[in-house]
Amino acid sequence: MDTSVNGGNGQPGSSRPTQVTKLDRVVIRFAGDSGDGMQLTGDRFTSEAAAFGNDLATLPNFPAEIRAPAGTLPGVSSFQLHFADYDILTPGDRPDVLVAMNPAALKANIADLPVGGTVIVNTDEFSKRNLTKVGYEVNPLEDDSLASFQVFDVQMATLTQGALKETGLSKKDAERCKNMFALGLLSWMYHRPTEGTERFLREKFARKPDIAEANVLAFRAGWNYGETTEAFATTYEVPPAAFPPGNYRQITGNAALAYGIVAAGQCSGLPILLGSYPITPASDILHELSRHKNFNITTMQAEDEIAGVGAALGAAYGGSLGVTTTSGPGIALKSETIGLAVMSELPLLVIDVQRGGPSTGLPTKTEQADLLQAMYGRNGESPVPIIAPQSPGDCFAAVLEATRIALTYRTPVLLLSDGAIANGSEPWLIPNADDLPDLRVTFATEPNALDGSDEHWPYVRDTETLARQWAIPGTAGLQHRIGGLEKADGKGNISYDPDNHDRMTRIRQAKVDGITVDDMVVDDPSGDARLLVLGWGSTFGPIGAACRRVRAQGHKVAQAHLRHLNPFPANLGDVLRSYDRVVIPEMNLGQLALLLRGRFLVDAVSYNKVAGLPFKAEELQHVLTTHLNELEGVPA
Amino acid sequence: MTAVDLGLPSLGGLDGVPGAEGPQKAKDFKSDQEVRWCPGCGDYVVLNAMQSFLPSLGLRRENIVFISGIGCSSRFPYYMNTYGMHSIHGRAPAIATGLAVTRPDLSVWVVTGDGDALSIGGNHLIHALRRNVNLKILLFNNRIYGLTKGQYSPTSEPGKVTKSTPVGSLDHPFNPLSLAIGAEATFVARTLDNDRAQLTSILTAAAQHRGSALVEIYQNCPIFNDGAFDVLKEPGQAEQRLIPLEHGKPIVFGDQAVIRTAHGLDIAKADQVSPEDVVVHDATIDDPSYAFALTRLSTQNLDHVVTGIYRDTTRPTYDDQARQQVDTAVAAKTPNLQALLNGSDTWTVG
Repeated sequence: MDTSVNGGNGQPGSSRPTQVTKLDRVVIRFAGDSGDGMQLTGDRFTSEAAAFGNDLATLPNFPAEIRAPAGTLPGVSSFQLHFADYDILTPGDRPDVLVAMNPAALKANIADLPVGGTVIVNTDEFSKRNLTKVGYEVNPLEDDSLASFQVFDVQMATLTQGALKETGLSKKDAERCKNMFALGLLSWMYHRPTEGTERFLREKFARKPDIAEANVLAFRAGWNYGETTEAFATTYEVPPAAFPPGNYRQITGNAALAYGIVAAGQCSGLPILLGSYPITPASDILHELSRHKNFNITTMQAEDEIAGVGAALGAAYGGSLGVTTTSGPGIALKSETIGLAVMSELPLLVIDVQRGGPSTGLPTKTEQADLLQAMYGRNGESPVPIIAPQSPGDCFAAVLEATRIALTYRTPVLLLSDGAIANGSEPWLIPNADDLPDLRVTFATEPNALDGSDEHWPYVRDTETLARQWAIPGTAGLQHRIGGLEKADGKGNISYDPDNHDRMTRIRQAKVDGITVDDMVVDDPSGDARLLVLGWGSTFGPIGAACRRVRAQGHKVAQAHLRHLNPFPANLGDVLRSYDRVVIPEMNLGQLALLLRGRFLVDAVSYNKVAGLPFKAEELQHVLTTHLNELEGVPA
Repeated sequence: MTAVDLGLPSLGGLDGVPGAEGPQKAKDFKSDQEVRWCPGCGDYVVLNAMQSFLPSLGLRRENIVFISGIGCSSRFPYYMNTYGMHSIHGRAPAIATGLAVTRPDLSVWVVTGDGDALSIGGNHLIHALRRNVNLKILLFNNRIYGLTKGQYSPTSEPGKVTKSTPVGSLDHPFNPLSLAIGAEATFVARTLDNDRAQLTSILTAAAQHRGSALVEIYQNCPIFNDGAFDVLKEPGQAEQRLIPLEHGKPIVFGDQAVIRTAHGLDIAKADQVSPEDVVVHDATIDDPSYAFALTRLSTQNLDHVVTGIYRDTTRPTYDDQARQQVDTAVAAKTPNLQALLNGSDTWTVG
C-alpha cells in the first residue's frame, strides 16, 4: 500500500498547502460514459455529503440503454449533486463543477455550466478518435472554447493505472477504477469524510478483495493527487447544515416507497403481497422489498404487468395488503384490473413511478403526465383516490397515507411518484416506528344481511365511510361472490337494474369524494400575496426554491402543494378563489390545471414543460416574476 | 445466480385446507342464484357434477374459492355456495395465484373457457402452469365464443364460418393439452361433459394433486356450436374415437391400441400388434415428452380423442416455495422496522 504521500487517508489534520474557501452551497455534476460508473460515483459523494451533515438533493440522469455505444453523446450518464449548509430544495439548476470523463460528457454538459465554472477533465479520453466521434473538430482543451471556465486537465486513467501498478491488475481493470480516482480528487477538494466510501468499497467488493483494494487505492490516489500537485490552489468547505434535531439518513424515493410499504404492513398487521413486473424506473422497489421477506412480505415477479396487479388483487381478496408497482406503461396495462378493484371494492395499493411518455417514451427521464391516466384512465365511472409524494423522503409518508385510504375505504389507491423522486435522494429525518399510524383493520365475522337472514351481503356499507365489509375466504357463513358485473346495492348479486346502476355509480363516486383528507396548507409569509403558485409531486423543490428567490427580491408570493389529487382537499376551491392569479407549473401540458379549471371554474394559468428533467428554480423564478409584474402593472 | 434446493416435503393438494365438521350434500354447494345458461348447455352438467363431487372432499365450504374470468363458463362461481370471484377476461389464473400464494388454507379453483384461457388469457395460463401454483383449472372447451354470440375461438377448426369469419377462419387451432404439457404442467386431463363418472374421478385426482391441474372439458354449446362433439357421443363412434387412459393399464380402445413409434406414439389395430408393443399408460413419467405424444393422438376433427389423466407428476409448487422463503426469512431475522428505517449510515442532529 502506498503510504509515501501523506498517508492518503484524508483525516483532518493532514497538511493542506492550499487556500480554503468557505461556501454555503455547491453543485457538482459527474458526467461520463454509461460504463464509467458515474451513478456510483455520485452516489458515494452524496453519502459523504450526508455523513458530513450537509443538506443535499440529487439528480441522476442516465440513458435507457445499459451500454450505449462508448464515447457517444447518447451514452453520456451524469449525476448532479447539490449540497449546502442550509436546507435546499432542488438538485441545483447549473453545476458549479463539472467532472467530464470524456469528450462526449464535456460536450453534452458544458452548456449548463455558468461562466467561471470549474471543469475537471479526464484528458486521457481526449483522443482524436473520441473527439471526432462527438463532432469536435478541434480539441476543446487546446483551443480557447473553454476560456470562460476554470479547466483542470487530469490524466485520470493514466494516474489510476500508475497507482494500481503494483496490484497486478490488468491495465484495463485498473483503468476501470478511474471513477474512484475522480471521487477521491473531489473528496479532497471539498473536505469530505472518506471512511464511509472506503468501507463501502470493501463491502461492495467483499467477494473480490483485490478489486476492493484497487478501488480504495484509486480513491486515495485521487485524494493524494489533489493534495500533492499544485494545480489546485483552493479547496472548499461547505459546513454542515442546521437540521431539526433527530436521526437522519440519506434516502432515495424508491427506497422510501419500499420502506413505506414495509411499514404499511407492520402498521396494518397484514401480510403483504407485491405483484410486480420489472420496469424502469420502478424496479428498485421490487428489488428492495424482495430483501425484506422477514416482514411477512411476499414478492412476486409476475409474467406481465396485468398478472402483477392481478396477483395483488387476489391477495387482497384473501385479506393481504396487495401492492403493485410500475411506471406509466404498466398502469395502462393494469387499468382493467384496477377497474375490477373499484367494482369489487377491495383495498389495493398501485404505485406509478412516472416517466416520460407516451408509449415507451423516455424510460429513464422524469415527467408527471400520468395524472389524467390515474384519474380517468379506466372504462366507465371509475373513481380512484390519488396521492403524490413531493420529495424522495416524503414517499414514506405518502405510502402510509395511501394505505390508510385503501384499507379504510376498501378501494384501490394510486400513488404517483416520478423518476426524479425515485432516483433522487435527500437527507431524511428517520421516523420513530412507534409513532407511525395505526392502520389495523377488522375483517367481517358475522352475517350482515339487512333482511335479518343469516347471509352475508357484500355490498352493505359503513354509513360514514361508505366502505363495504372485508369478508375474507375462510370465514364461516360469509360465503359470497363478487366480480366485475354491476352489483345490487346491499345484497351484491348481479343486477342489470337501471336505477340500481345509477345509484351504485353515484355511491362509488361519493365514497371517493367523501374520503377525509387534510386541508391544503398555504405558505404565504406576508399573508397578502396576490399570486399563488400551486404544484403537485416532485415540482415541490423547484417551486419552493423559486418562491424563495422571488421573496428575497421583495415580492410576495404564496405557495401550496397538493398531496391529494383525488379527492382534493376541502379548502382547495376557497384557496384558489382567494388569489388574483394562480400559476400551476407542471411537467405535463396542464393536467392538474385542467382538473382545477373544470372543477372550480378558476382561471388558473399553466406553466408547462416536458423535457424529461425537473424544472430549474431560475426558470420558475422568471415565470413567477413575469406574473408578479403583470399583477403589479410593471411593464415587461 | 444460485439455485437453492428448498427441500420441501411432498404434500397432497388439500393439505392445509380445513375439513368440514359433518357430512355435506350437493345442495350445500348450491347458491341462491338462478342458473342462467342456455337450455341444454353443457355447463349445467359440469356444475351439477361439481356440486355433487365437492362433498366427497369433505372441505369446509368457506375454504373453497372459485375464480373465473369472462365468458359463459365464467358465471360458474355465482352458482356455488362458496367464496368466489367473477373477475375479468383472461386474468383468473393471475388473481388466483395471488390468492393461493397468500392463503394455503384455501382450495382454489379456476373456471375458464377456450377463449378466456387460450386467447386473451393465454399468457397467464402458461405461466400458472409452469410455476405449478396449487390451482385447479377447469377449461370448458366448446370451440366457440358463446357470450359474444358465436365468433370462432382458438380451438375452432380452420375454415370455420362464423359471424366474424364469413368466408372461413384462418387460424390454426391450439391443442390445449399440448400447450399445457409444453408449459410442463404437472397435472393434465381431459374429459367430456357427458361423462360424469370420468369427470368426477378426474376432479378428485385434480383436487388431491399439489400443484397446477389443468382439466379440459369438452362442452357442447347448443346455440352457437351445437353438436361439436356429437361424434364422440354416438354409439358405434365413441368406441372407435375415444381413447380412455387409465394409469397402469394398456391403452386400448375399440379394436385399436396405442403403440410406440420411432418418434412418438401411434394408433394401430390391436390384432396386428403384439401385446407387449401396446403402451401401458404411466401418468407419473416426469419427462413431459410421453404425455405430449399422447396429446398428439387427439385430432382436431375428433377422429381420435384421448381422455383421462395424461399426466400427474410431482414438482415443488410456486406457492409452497414462496411461503417457505417468507417463513425462512421470518425465522432467520426478527422483523425490526426501526432498524430497517435507520439503515447503516445514520447521523444525529441536536
